[in-house]
Amino acid sequence: MDLQKFLTMGGYAGFVWSAYGLTTVVLLWNWWAARRSEAEAQASARRRITLSQESRS
Amino acid sequence: MWTWFHKLASPPHAYRMLGKMAPWFGWTALAFILVAAWWGLVKAPPDYQQGDAFRILYVHAPSAWMSMFAYVAMAAAAAIGVVWRIKIAHAAAAAGAPIGASFTFLALATGSIWGKPMWGTWWVWDARLTSELLLLFLYLGYMALRSSFDDPQRADRASAVLAIVGVINVPIIHYSVKWWTTLHQAASVTKLDKPSIALPMLIPLFLMIIGFQLYYGWALCRRLRGEILRRERNAAWLKEAS
Repeated sequence: MDLQKFLTMGGYAGFVWSAYGLTTVVLLWNWWAARRSEAEAQASARRRITLSQESRS
Repeated sequence: MWTWFHKLASPPHAYRMLGKMAPWFGWTALAFILVAAWWGLVKAPPDYQQGDAFRILYVHAPSAWMSMFAYVAMAAAAAIGVVWRIKIAHAAAAAGAPIGASFTFLALATGSIWGKPMWGTWWVWDARLTSELLLLFLYLGYMALRSSFDDPQRADRASAVLAIVGVINVPIIHYSVKWWTTLHQAASVTKLDKPSIALPMLIPLFLMIIGFQLYYGWALCRRLRGEILRRERNAAWLKEAS
């Protein structure tokens, strides 16, 4: 594999690499946002449970 | 069959199942995407007309496919929620919307990046591009409508109507290149006869579509678990689950 050829993409480097870079960003955003959405819901569920236990005792 | 179905739709069972399924989706998605990216960027030969710019296909077409798939899945889940009054179906529709919206954005953006060197323009009001942009607005409208209600049940019903009506846009996107032959090229893969792409160029495309599909599965599992927790505000099973 010719590294120079791979990096320059036959003169289309700016287009090809920005498209793949943007794809990476969107996939990473999805990963982060989905994890955060789940973790926030878990944290608030835990808070509710502790609150209801405290109010009962 | 019905007891199995009810068990599946019960929030605690679904919550646990989704948690078990997510890592499988996630790791297989990563493997498929990495292999497809290597194949598409390194192994596949350059196109005889477009040179290396055609490699954008391997991220553009799968994200465009996912934008439509996610919309149909969202509308189907919303319809199931309305007809059979299954809460978890509404939750799945709500969980899928931001994922679908992100793939729609990606399809538009990578298409634009591809359009510049090949068509000489970033954007044109071509039928395919316009209907895909409308899809993005449908997703955003769906999410905005949901967030305008405090009561999740009312949000479910109102947003379901929008999701179901909007599904008419999906066949319009697909057939737009046939009905209005403007700038966007016609279908090369999803044709009933032989696809007009050479096999060494087609394999990485399919691998990437499978990878994106699995990745969508992973993100949906994670987001749906969050949705379930938010909806089951006072259920006793939460104590064991969290």
